[in-house]
Amino acid sequence: MIAKLVNFFGDPQYRARRRQLFVIILAMTLAADFLVRRDHVEGFWQAIPGWGALYGFIACFLIVFVSKFLGHQGKLMRREDYYD
Amino acid sequence: MIEWVHPGMVYIFGALLIPLFKGRRRQGYLLLVTLLALSAVFSLSPGQYTVFSYTGKEIILGQVDKLSILFAWVFSLMGLIGTVYALQVRGAGEHVAAFLYVGSALGVVFAGDFLSLFLFWELMAFASAYLVFAQGGKAALAAGFRYLLVHIAGGLCLLGGIVLHYAAAGSIQFGPLNGGGAAFYLILTGFILNAAVPPLNAWLTDAYPEATVTGAVFMSAFTTKTAVYVLLRGFPGTEVLIWLGAVMAIYGVVYAVLENDARRLLAYHIVSQVGYMVAGVGIGTEMAVNGASAHAFAHILYKGLLFMGAGAVIFVTGRRKLTELGGLYKQMPVTLFLYMIGAFSISAFPFFSGFVSKSMVIAAATGDGRSLIALMLILASSGTFLHTGLKLPYYMFFGKDSGLKAKEPPTNMLIAMTIAASLCLLIGIFPDLLYRLLPYSVDFHPYTGVHITETMGLLLFTGLGFALFLKHLDPERTISLDTDWFYRTGARWLMWFARRPLTRYEEVVSDFSNSLVLKPHTAIAKLGLWFDQHIVDGVVNGVATGLIRCATQLRQLQSGILSQYALGIVAGLVACLLLYGFL
Repeated sequence: MIAKLVNFFGDPQYRARRRQLFVIILAMTLAADFLVRRDHVEGFWQAIPGWGALYGFIACFLIVFVSKFLGHQGKLMRREDYYD
Repeated sequence: MIEWVHPGMVYIFGALLIPLFKGRRRQGYLLLVTLLALSAVFSLSPGQYTVFSYTGKEIILGQVDKLSILFAWVFSLMGLIGTVYALQVRGAGEHVAAFLYVGSALGVVFAGDFLSLFLFWELMAFASAYLVFAQGGKAALAAGFRYLLVHIAGGLCLLGGIVLHYAAAGSIQFGPLNGGGAAFYLILTGFILNAAVPPLNAWLTDAYPEATVTGAVFMSAFTTKTAVYVLLRGFPGTEVLIWLGAVMAIYGVVYAVLENDARRLLAYHIVSQVGYMVAGVGIGTEMAVNGASAHAFAHILYKGLLFMGAGAVIFVTGRRKLTELGGLYKQMPVTLFLYMIGAFSISAFPFFSGFVSKSMVIAAATGDGRSLIALMLILASSGTFLHTGLKLPYYMFFGKDSGLKAKEPPTNMLIAMTIAASLCLLIGIFPDLLYRLLPYSVDFHPYTGVHITETMGLLLFTGLGFALFLKHLDPERTISLDTDWFYRTGARWLMWFARRPLTRYEEVVSDFSNSLVLKPHTAIAKLGLWFDQHIVDGVVNGVATGLIRCATQLRQLQSGILSQYALGIVAGLVACLLLYGFL
């Protein structure tokens, strides 16, 4: 069972189905966030429907590109033999 | 009746006998010790045990309360899991070091005074350094020494703080510290160094990936979490820790983007995750202390699991860089499956352990009116899933097929991973099991509708970002400069200084002494020698030669002929008479 499950995520023949499944889950998550009851929220952002999805996407973008910028332009990334 | 059995002592004394056993017996013995320690934890009840006086100071080896019991539980569980994972290791040394390491971490947990805390603290550093040295090779040796030097420096900071604290307070009892001052900051520095708070973080990401496959599993669990524990005891509510923690959570995530070494990437996520705990300590409310403790507990298990998964890949392929791995999902499906449970736990998916602990820290931050901190921590959550849950498994198990021959790791490794994975799920599904162990009573419900949809949205849309920006995330064959640059390059400058200016200075000084001191001395000595050889020796030799000559001449007078003697006497008499007559 584990092998089958893992194979579904790895085998290129299921690529289209994986993509479909992912889009459906994304849509369902977003829809659920709009439908959920918000009678008790902790942070102000929790009152905004869809905030989690937006923040997640923006966070991902920022983390990838700011880090790579620091790595390349900020010279944090160096050749593997830098210390040798 | 014995009042209590110190679980740490079970490990420490247990370690001493390991070399006496071999093969299956040793494996049985190792498991027996870990189970004995677990049962010792099981039978703990709050109180103070093993209290004695040493040079007039009160030493407490058994400060047992809810907080110490919580950490003892997770430390001894991880001791068991790590030992099962390491059962195939043949050499006794690694097992002894690992047991001393776990034992001393438990020693710190139950230490009620600074003196015993410090001793266990140092034992922990030395025992864990062995787990790096045991890997062998130049890189591990160098990283091990750097690790040890940094920890000795941190230990000295701590010791300095303890001495000053004793001088000021007159007591070495370990409790909440406040008020600032040198002692306060020195002890805090010693503690946050072990918690890997930037800029004092580089020892962790430098050394852990160089340790043995099994050693790194132990290391991922104990040093930083022991530090979180002592911070919880000594510095709850210290404002600076909130910001350090939040920055730390993002710092680890940023470096994880740049990282190519699988275990170094995970190590950066230790830094990031400990950030939540440090921030929790800084906030210091009951909810925050609970959150930090719960997160430490959950973290040890899932991070151990992640290190075991990555370790299993390194164990069977011998490769550690993401650029050299890929396509292993067919050969290692079980490892991948178990690894992913750890990845979902650290990413805080609902029904996995991180969800019920991480959210507590974030809720504590919002509850304390610190929205910015909460948002920083949530941002780091997105990064955690991005790397640990997506980037690392993608490039290790999927992605471009590396063509490496691989298979599932030995059964004991899979069993250890299964135990950890089960605990991650157990905590995620039944959070009350963990909440009951927390130091304060818990009034927190992680499974609210909005919390679930918000988290799923955050994580899945991070996943969308990953899918869209995948090309930009390709690992590169580089290393990243961290704060270890200062002492690694600093050491090079020191060596340059020793080889160039210092050597040159030494040459100048010796030249000076040669021309101004040594040469005149030699000349005077030569003159003395000449005087001795020519004048003194000449006089002595001349007198001696003269005497010999005189004696030879005189001897010729002694011919032995009586008539010549008589003539001589007569001549003498005549000479006397003549002399007398003239005078």
